[in-house]
This record gives sequence, structure tokens and C-alpha cells, in this order.
Amino acid sequence: MIGSGLRRMDWISVLFCCALIGFGWGNIYSSTVVDTDAPLWNLSTSYGKQLVFITISFFTVVVLFLLQTKLIERFSSLVYLLTIILLIGLFPFGKTIAGATSWYGLGFFNLQPSELAKIGTILALGKYLSDIQTDLKRFKHQFYALLIILVPVILIVPQPDPGSALIFFSLVFILFREGVSLKYFWIGLYFILLFISTLKFNLIYVGVGISLISMVSYFFFNKRLKLKWTGIAVFIILSLGFASSVQYVFENVFEQRHRDRFSLWLNLEKDPLIQEQIKKTIGYNTYQSEKAIEAGGFWGKGFLEGTRTKGDFVPEQHTDYIFSTVGEEWGFVGTFTVILLFTALLLRLLYLAERQTSTFNRVYGYGVVSILATHYIINIGMVIGLLPTVGVPLPFFSYGGSGLLGFCLLLFIFIKLDANRLNEWD
Amino acid sequence: MKKLILPLLIIAIGVLFTYRLINLQLIGSVGDGPGQDPAIKTTTIYPTRGLMYDRNHKLLVSNQPAYDLMVIPREIKDLDTLELCQLVDIDKEQFIQSIEKAKRYSPRLPSVLVSKLSASTYAVLQEKMRKFEGFYIQKINLRKYHTDAGANLLGYISEVNDYEIQNNPGYISGELIGRTGVEKQYESNLRGKKGKNYIQKDRFNRTIGPYKNGIYDSVPVPGTNLELTIDKDLQEYGEDLMIGKRGGIVALEPKTGEILSLITGPNYDPALLVGRERSANYTALYYDSIAKPTWNRALLAQPSPGSPFKILNALAALEEGVITSNSKVMCYNGFYVGNELKGCHCGGGIRDLREGIAVSCNAYFADTFKKIYAKFDKTSEGQDVWERHMKSFGLGDYLGYDLPTGAPGRIPSTSYYDRAYGKNRWFPTFIISNSIGQGEVAATPIQLANMTAAIANKGFFYTPHILRKIGDDPITDPNFTEAKLTTISKKHFTPIIEAMRDVYETGTAKWIQIPGVSIAGKTGTVENYTLIDGVKTQLTDHSLFIAFAPVEDPKIALAVYIEHGYFGARYAGHIASLMIEKYLKGEISRKDLERKMLEKTLEKEYAKPLSGEPFEINEYDW
Repeated sequence: MIGSGLRRMDWISVLFCCALIGFGWGNIYSSTVVDTDAPLWNLSTSYGKQLVFITISFFTVVVLFLLQTKLIERFSSLVYLLTIILLIGLFPFGKTIAGATSWYGLGFFNLQPSELAKIGTILALGKYLSDIQTDLKRFKHQFYALLIILVPVILIVPQPDPGSALIFFSLVFILFREGVSLKYFWIGLYFILLFISTLKFNLIYVGVGISLISMVSYFFFNKRLKLKWTGIAVFIILSLGFASSVQYVFENVFEQRHRDRFSLWLNLEKDPLIQEQIKKTIGYNTYQSEKAIEAGGFWGKGFLEGTRTKGDFVPEQHTDYIFSTVGEEWGFVGTFTVILLFTALLLRLLYLAERQTSTFNRVYGYGVVSILATHYIINIGMVIGLLPTVGVPLPFFSYGGSGLLGFCLLLFIFIKLDANRLNEWD
Repeated sequence: MKKLILPLLIIAIGVLFTYRLINLQLIGSVGDGPGQDPAIKTTTIYPTRGLMYDRNHKLLVSNQPAYDLMVIPREIKDLDTLELCQLVDIDKEQFIQSIEKAKRYSPRLPSVLVSKLSASTYAVLQEKMRKFEGFYIQKINLRKYHTDAGANLLGYISEVNDYEIQNNPGYISGELIGRTGVEKQYESNLRGKKGKNYIQKDRFNRTIGPYKNGIYDSVPVPGTNLELTIDKDLQEYGEDLMIGKRGGIVALEPKTGEILSLITGPNYDPALLVGRERSANYTALYYDSIAKPTWNRALLAQPSPGSPFKILNALAALEEGVITSNSKVMCYNGFYVGNELKGCHCGGGIRDLREGIAVSCNAYFADTFKKIYAKFDKTSEGQDVWERHMKSFGLGDYLGYDLPTGAPGRIPSTSYYDRAYGKNRWFPTFIISNSIGQGEVAATPIQLANMTAAIANKGFFYTPHILRKIGDDPITDPNFTEAKLTTISKKHFTPIIEAMRDVYETGTAKWIQIPGVSIAGKTGTVENYTLIDGVKTQLTDHSLFIAFAPVEDPKIALAVYIEHGYFGARYAGHIASLMIEKYLKGEISRKDLERKMLEKTLEKEYAKPLSGEPFEINEYDW
């Protein structure tokens, strides 16, 4: 059973994953090592702990492969329920680290149930969507599907852990794949862009822009697109209404720290001196990580040679900002390799998902890709200064035991599903 | 479309990230040398400055450790302010002010709180340092002088200023640089090479350890020791003799041009410009505009050379063939210029060259001077020839010695008089004062000493210099090691030197002979004037003396210039005589004479023009 499972396992994805874990550990080592002569298996150091978790993850995956594949689908609802209970349990029993009550203290390590909730939610979605009676064209079923996603989000937001909550939203990509109209996607994208451009430019420019585009489309494409002027009018009014509320939401609903992040990201401050000041205070992390990455140049400074890494100039460098270590010590060669590895892994997983015969497997595959891709985009986007600061780890790469274990389970459940896609009776 | 949206998104993001990384790492990257990288702090280790020895390898200048009390303001904890203030001997307000100043500079970086603590303060303080968190002691190197003489020639060092840092990237703030004298002239040798330590810091500016285990670090190279030409004992003795007098003494070794001593009076102890009182002492010395202790009279004073200059005129006349050693002149207790009688102290009568020099007869040299010009059709031709002869003795222009200050003196040229009187409208009688070293000629004491050395050598000199060896290597600069010829033939010096010996045997300096030493010399008594309330007023004559000894094998040639010392044979002559004896014999046999010169001062004379009262000049007072 194991033999056939191993043979059918998708070794390409495994290889990419192992490469990321290995390279990631090297960078954690470089970011946290104090004495290079000390033994690697040292539980008082971050790299030592991470090594332990890599081993634990390995054995967990082995155990996973010993289980019957069908158990996964069978118990998916139960897993979901269990993770929801764990999330609820955080309220009375959770351990607070850095202001967020997101962990259970288990002595030698802290368990973050939201990592498990990701798996549970995807499993539950798979179960629900593979039900023969579910029809995503129907609004009610769309709503139920969304509810499965929203329940953990609602429980995670007050921890507060907005980063993780944001990750769950990416699961809507599964719904688009499974039949929910892409219109929602485009509309959502449109409003996000509208929000950003209203902040960046201003209401009047945005209003004029929308009106112009609408009129141009009406006059030139109205035959082909069969546009009605009433529809256009509704579109303009809606857009303008949304745009004019942006400023209010930004000023009154957002908190100062959110405003600062947006201000930093979109260069909202006009005075270059104040902007530079913001960069060095509120944007300290990003500023330092950009500097460290810049300092790496093409070839980088070499393993263990990153002076900014050694000097701890980038806070949280072994966790969320691990990518800046890659940038400083391995240069463009290293960063580009990481981008390539992630892109290749994600595309490979998508290819695997598409070749699944069962809806459950496919949904799960899409879920894995959505979760991993969102982590990867938000994390690296933040570290290289393209996105505002949101604290999510880089999968397989960042330091963090329960994170690594969570990602490994997430991925290898899918690899196990894929390996057994043809003999589901097994 | 629904299958494509995620792959497209992932690829697009990959491209976007790559684009951003290209911008950051390939286009925006400036590299991260120790200069830009905030994680690497460079600390400089200062080399010890080169030592200075005298010609007999006696130590003149070395280094002494001093201790700065440093503070890192934010690391101060539970401070007993009063105790610390008592230990370093400053008052509390000043202490608090200094701390505030340090805080303003940086709470994280060290600042100097009290500079240059003495070794004894340091000894006490160091015992208790652990009590004062946030403070530490930094060792620095200061100069230590093993002599109280030579301040003006040794020079001093002080911290570089902003201007120097801007113009010379080799210096950094806080570094020391030579300001005057040898310290300035041979800065590049004395300075040595700084060492660097690269230290890895974290973002709180805390030290983690050496950067890359110190592979880029460099050790400082200590400065090169210098051996000077100065004779320490002679220098100190000369400065003692100058107490209460203003002027300069320059003693040279004629065979080499080495400066045996270079004395200016008044002088000061070089140790005054070291340590905590440096600033106050310097201000006091620098702003003493009456005695001008920082103004090196041996190099910068440009009096008329007076009678010693007669020797050069005699040599020029001999060379031009207009007189012989037997030429005689009648002195009428003076000489006539037109119908005007100019005075002479020699006693009158028929003088030949030897007598003329020995008794310093003005009439003889006025006549000799006119004879030089009479050889030529035009006065200007005579002037050009005369000027060439005079300048070949190193007069009338910067001498080219290796000290950073100097003055050219003056040997007037044809164009000089053309400007004054109009072209071809001046005659030897106009400039007859030059014959006796008054008039337009002027020379610094070191030029006079050099001229004396040239006479002692019978026609050549080595440019005076103060440096003998760099490390263990003798100097090789051809400017100092190659002889410079005068325009006068060797044979003409013999009668002149005989005459100069007579100055001591029978002439103006017969009172100051040294038993057993043959000296050739020449006195000078120089009239001089100043402006008092806009009125040109004559002051007591300057006393001047040049001499070399022993005559047979000259080992020392010197010029002594004493402001307002009256007759050349008095102050200058006595001092010259003592200096020669000291150098040649090592001790003084004429104790009375020595005591007299050590004790006598001219302060009363110097006070006269400033008193605002009418005063007598050239009083006997001896």
C-alpha cells in the first residue's frame, strides 16, 4: 500500500517543497545563529527548534501516508468541526503572544489552531461541493459555501489575526472554479482597484475617469456589448457612491495604524521629508528589509555573511521577513530562485488539481494552491515593499513550528489524495 | 477562463516580483561596503607619533598616555554625581552641562566628558570606575617633552579642524596634526599609519564582534622617529641665555649645514601646549603681541645686518678686483658723502682691509663699496653684480631650509631702486648705507648664520636643515646634501678670515675671547627706528654678532641677534662667545661672564618705547 502510494506520489511537487524547506532552514540558521561551532540540534536556538519541527513534520507525513486515503474524505466534516471548536476554545484557553490570542501553549511548543482550520475548511468545502446535490449556480448554495469559509474568519478576526483571516478569503477561488460566476471576481477586483485609486488620487479624478470610460464604452462598443444607458448610469452612480465613501471609511473606520500602512504603501504623504520619516519609523521593517535586499546585489554577500542580517537590522527576520535574508546573502540569484520555486510548485499543484477525477480532490487541490499562493504573495509583496504590512509567514520557509507542520499537512494530504486518485477504493 | 485565472495570477505575480527584485537588487543596489553598511562600524586605532631625538640621540619628544573620561549618556545608571565630580575635579554645574551636551550629540554614542586627565587622576579614578555605569576611560596619546627648550622649532600638535578634514581626506575628526615647526614640516613621517577595526554592530549599535573575524582589520603603523640636527644641551643653554632678551640665535655646523640650535627669545616651555591647559596657554602666548613668544625671531626677524655685512662687501670688492688686501683708506672719524660727514666709531686714521674689519671702520667700507660700482659704466650694472654676489650667500630670498616659517630678508636690486628713484637716476652715494649693512639690506638671523658658515667654508654652504635622520637613514635630499657655491673665489676668504680673527684678538670683541679657542667673528651695531605716536623715533641699537670657531677647522658658525642690545660686542658678542665655548668645550670656564649674561635682562629697554615717557637710547648700562 505504501509502496504503491510512494510510486504514484508526485515527486516533482515533493522536490520543490523539500527545496523550499531546506533553503528556508539555511536562512533561518543564518538569521539566528550566534555561534557557528555549536551543534545544530539545540533546542534553545530557533534553527535547532525548526530542525526538530522539520523532523516532526516528516514523521507526521509518513503517518499520514499510512492512513487510508478514504478516511480523509470521510472525516472531513469532523475535522472541520474540531478545528472550529479549537478556534472557539482559544477565547477561554488561548495563549497571548504579541497581542494576539492565537495559540495554545503546549509546553515545548505553541499550537496555532488557525493553521489546522485552513485544512479543515478546505476539507469541509470539498465535502460540501462534491455533494451531488450542491449546485453553485444557486444562490443558497453559494451562501452555504461562503458560510463554511466565513465561520473560521469570524472566529479569527477578534484574536486579532487579520493576516490569517485574509488567507481564508482566498478560498473563494475554489468557488469560482466550481461554478460561481466570475462576474463576482471582476466586480470585487473593480471595487478594490477603485478603493486604492480613490485613496491614491482623489475623488474628482476618479469620478471623471469612471465617467469618461463609461461614455467611451457606450459610444464605441454599445452595439457589440449591448449596453443600455440606464445600466451605465447605475454603474456610474454606484461607483461614485462607493468612491465617495472611501474617504469616510479611511478616516473613520480604519485605525491610525491601518492608515499609516496605506499611507506608506501608496506614498500618500506629499512632503518627501515626512515620507522618509514615516519610512524609517512606521515603515521601519519594510525600510530595513528593502535595504538588506538591495545590499545583496546580484550574487549576494554569501551564506552567513549578511551583515544586516547579523546585526538584526530587520526585525522578525527569521519569521515573516526571512525573504530579506535570502536577498542579502544570496542576492538576486537567491530571490529569483525562491520566486521560481514557488511559481513552479503552485503551477504544478494546479496541474495536479485539474487532473483529479473527483470533485473533492480537485476542490482540495485548489484550496491548497489558494492558501499557499496567498501566503506567498502577501509575504513577499510585503517584504519587498509592494504591499502594506500584513503579518503572514512564507510557507515552508519562515520559522515557526505549527506553521511548518500545518503547511506540510495541507500539502501532503493533497499529494496523498493525488497519489490515490485512480484507486479510491483503496 | 475559470481554469486560467489562478495560473495567470500566479505567473503575473511572479513576473511582478521579479521586476521589483531587479529594480531593488540589480538597478538600485549600491553594494554594501563598510561605509554604507550600518551594521559595520569602523573604529580607528591611532598610531603612536614618531619620536624626536637630538643629534647626539638624546630624546627630545616622546609620547605620554593621557586619559579621556568618556560617557554614553543613556547607559548612565545610579550615578553619584558628587563623587565623580570630586574625582575628576570639575564642579557640578559644569558636569551637568557636559552631560547635556553629550546627550544632544547622541545618547547612544560616546562623547568626551573630561579630556586629558592626568595619570594620577586616572589611577584613582580607575579603581572606582566600575561604580560609574555609562562611563569609561579612553587612552589617548599626547606629546611628552624631555626638554623645556625648542618650543618654536619642535612645534606643537593639535586636533585637525573642519577645513583640514575637508581638504585632506586622510584625516578624520579628532585626529592630531602638526601645527608648527618640525611637527608640521615632517607631519607625514611622524604621523604613522592609522589602523582600522571593523566591528559588527546590531541595530541598537551594540557590538556583536569583529566583522568577518577581523580579516579586514589593519594594525596601526607607528610614526617614524626623527633625529634632528639640534644639540639639545646647546639649545637649552642658548634659551637660558635668552631669558629677558628678545632676539634669535642660530648656530650651524658649517661642514653640513646642520642647525645646531635655533633659539628665539622670549621662548616658552613646549609642555605648556600639552594637556588640559593647552587652550588657555596657547591663547596667552599667541595674544602676547608685545613680546610675541610664538613669533620665531631666528627665522622671521629681518633686521639690517649691520657691520657683519661689511665682510660681504669686502669679498665682493676682492672678487671684482677693485681692492686688494693691502688697499688703504683714510678715516676722518667718518667719511664724506658729498659735503656731509657720516660718522665712524673706529677711532680714525689710515686703515687697511684687515684693520677695517677688525675695528669695523665705516669709512673703509663706504670707499670699498663705491669702488665696486666705479668699475662699471652704469650704476645699475654695478648693482646687478653686487646683488649677484650678495645673493650667492643665501641672502635676499627664502633660504629653503626645512621649517615651515621663514622670511626672505632683502638684497635690493636695480629694479628696486629704479622704482624708488626713477630709472638711472640713482647713484652709489644714494645707497652708501648698504656698504655698512644699514640702508635697504635686511637679513634674518638664520641667513646671517648661513652667510657665516659660507665664509667659514671659504666659499660654499649647505642649506641649513633641522633633520638629520629619518628612522635610521640619513637624509638624502640633494637640497641639503649638496654644497651651494658662492660667487667668491676661495683665495679671497683668507685675508677676510684673518681680519675676523683680529676682531677677537685686537678688535671690537677682544673682551670676549675664549682661552684656547681661535674665533673669527664680526660685531654689528644696528641703528633702528620705530613709530611712536606717528613720530619716527630712534631706539637703542640692535646688538648683532656673527662668528665661527675654531678658525682652523670650523665646527660651529653662528649669528646672534639681540633686539636693542646696543653694541654688537655686548649682548650678542657675549652670548656668541658663551655658545661657542659651550658647544666646543661642553662647559664654561668664564663663570662670571656666564652669570652676568644669564642674569642681565633688557626688559627695561623694551619697556621704554611703550612707557609713553621720553627716554634715552644707547645708555651705558653695562
